[in-house]
Amino acid sequence: MTLGSVPPKFKVSIDRDQCMDCGRCIENCSYGVYRREGDKILIESRKCTGCLRCVAMCPRDAITLTEKPVDYRSHPLWSREVREDIIKQARSGKIILSGMGNASDLPVVYDHLLLDACQVTNPSIDPLREPMELRTYIGKKPSKLKFRKTESGDVELETKIAPNLKLNTPIMIGHMSFGAISLNSQLSMAKAVTELGTYMGTGEGGLHEALYPYQDHMIVQVASGRFGVNIDYLERGAAIEIKIGQGAKPGIGGHLPGEKVSEEVSKARMIPIGSDAISPAPHHDIYSIEDLVQLIRSLKEATEWKKPVFVKIAAVHNVAPIAAGIARSSADAVVIDGFRGGTGAAPKVFRDNVGIPIEIAIASVDQKLREQGVRNEISIIASGGIRSSADLAKSIALGADAVNIGTAALVALGCRVCGNCYRNLCPWGIATQRPELVSRLDPERGAVQVSNLIQGWTDELSELMGAAGINSIESLRGNRDRLRGYMLDEKMLNILDVLPAGA
Amino acid sequence: MKTVKIDSRGMHYTPLNQKIRAAVADGAEEIILDNVLGQRFIGDGLRGNVRIIVNGVPGGDLGMFMSGPTCIVHGNAEHAPGNTMDKGMLVIHGSAGDAVAHSMRGGKVFIKNNIGYRGGIHMKQYEVEARPILVVGGTAHSFLGEYMAGGLVLVLGIGKDKAMTDRGIGSGIHGGEIIIRGEVDDFLLGGGAKKFKFTESDLERIAPIIKSFCEQFGYDAAEFLDTNYTKIGPVSSRPFASKYVWE
Repeated sequence: MTLGSVPPKFKVSIDRDQCMDCGRCIENCSYGVYRREGDKILIESRKCTGCLRCVAMCPRDAITLTEKPVDYRSHPLWSREVREDIIKQARSGKIILSGMGNASDLPVVYDHLLLDACQVTNPSIDPLREPMELRTYIGKKPSKLKFRKTESGDVELETKIAPNLKLNTPIMIGHMSFGAISLNSQLSMAKAVTELGTYMGTGEGGLHEALYPYQDHMIVQVASGRFGVNIDYLERGAAIEIKIGQGAKPGIGGHLPGEKVSEEVSKARMIPIGSDAISPAPHHDIYSIEDLVQLIRSLKEATEWKKPVFVKIAAVHNVAPIAAGIARSSADAVVIDGFRGGTGAAPKVFRDNVGIPIEIAIASVDQKLREQGVRNEISIIASGGIRSSADLAKSIALGADAVNIGTAALVALGCRVCGNCYRNLCPWGIATQRPELVSRLDPERGAVQVSNLIQGWTDELSELMGAAGINSIESLRGNRDRLRGYMLDEKMLNILDVLPAGA
Repeated sequence: MKTVKIDSRGMHYTPLNQKIRAAVADGAEEIILDNVLGQRFIGDGLRGNVRIIVNGVPGGDLGMFMSGPTCIVHGNAEHAPGNTMDKGMLVIHGSAGDAVAHSMRGGKVFIKNNIGYRGGIHMKQYEVEARPILVVGGTAHSFLGEYMAGGLVLVLGIGKDKAMTDRGIGSGIHGGEIIIRGEVDDFLLGGGAKKFKFTESDLERIAPIIKSFCEQFGYDAAEFLDTNYTKIGPVSSRPFASKYVWE
């Protein structure tokens, strides 16, 4: 091959003085980096994805992993990544596939937003002794309430309240399908959200029987492929989400490669084992906002108007008017997924270049809906790159009702964000369907870890709110006065509707 | 047979569906809907073995998510009858709009005349018991069986010189089969679709479906029981398998 091979991304080495030759690295690496030859463990660094399973499992801390051991001649434009992508495509003529979220080095708006805290006047609140109201209701709210007096003189509510989801914390787990991730991963998260009184999404992969006990805390998804969708599935969910777009790959459909369509996945999706599961780019019964309304209503009609229906869109340039259209449909919530949202598989060119940051999308949608006087009628759920309770608090201050987390929940399960989810080889048992790898993740322990993460963030959110003199999540929502922009240009501050630090 | 009659004149689809559900819960075996005019979602998510007779023109998404009932329409139907339908049967004594049998995963949809664009799109199959079937007596517009992942689409072209004259047949197809009466021009096929010879054993397989269709609409099945068909199927069940390279 005239192009030759590119240098390995990682350099793996074993401290032979420390190594006790137990072979756990060989057992744990599903990518085949390690092998035994005679009495020696040999290393093939080229196969390493940086998943760090070997480092975590080595009983002697004998393994060292270094990123980019050989670099190219430095060049500001023609970076190593750019050159290697060209080499890969010159060799294959194919689309470069990637996993997880946007990996490009763009500034993160969250890191340029700073939260407020009280000092002398309007004193801060101590969440240890004062109740903090974090309960969030997701769904349609009436624009006003009507009452009527009964004959006996009692007052009765006349307005019919649409079904809402009751969240004990404004953190949900976004949609990651059975197929993209393992059943043990879904079970871990389902147990955690049930215990905490919040919700998770099933993704577009149907609902495995093992998840039925947690169905009251699961939001079922209707994507363009309609995998696993039937009336039983729709009735099981606490709510239904129509997936129009996804932050990691706006404008294109989903594709679960046949390698991941195991017997169990095929049952849940109701497709043959080993066949590709293709979700086309559009829903073929939605060609307009009126068609979207029709799908929303068909789902409500099928479930006798007992369940809220959400619509998920990717954060794109025109996101605010799109969300305004959705707000006027029969949807109960709009879910906006930013360009840092994760995925099992997406063309790299989409993952890294299409869409906009969630911070900007939340602010512009919130602003547009407020201008149009409909903000209080629909909930906004934000997702795509929420890394901490600070991102959560900032999202709510920018106008979200709640957030969906995805990658953060996977990291709580052990994920090291190596980005090779589409290869079905995840050594942590998360993004894989191989039984021997899936069994590495204990759903009981996984549930505790995910639950701990959400609990920790919830407590931090209470503290942040208390520090800002706020004791109710309602008072933080859309409260731009509690935010300041740092090192953001004027136009960006205007779009975010945030004052600069010091003002 | 316990029959319930409902006058649908001027009725919104939600109360109409509520009446249908109540009748089913009450043990009705046949429900006759008179004066249907554009009501959407009739039979949406409905279960059971009930038979629904629709007198009039139902609106979009007739029998969507339906699981079991039989629905016979004496008139045309709007778009997407049989959308994501699970089990049961729709018989339409007329024509229907776009996206007929969209993502259907079981049961049968029989249309006497023509259908619009994207018929049978993304139909899929799970094992033998969940095999959706769409039969069109007349013809269909473009993108018939697009992204089809399983099941059967049969177009008979009754009263036409050629059963299909619109393009994009089976574009992106990766499962199932599209069977069209007579010859189909190559340029009508979408990407990923391929023509296969229609054999005697294929005829044996689909003969009961042809007979059942003809029974519904009073045609003589003998006219269609030969091998004068074109079978269209996927080039591969993994159309994207070779499209990507790892990051």
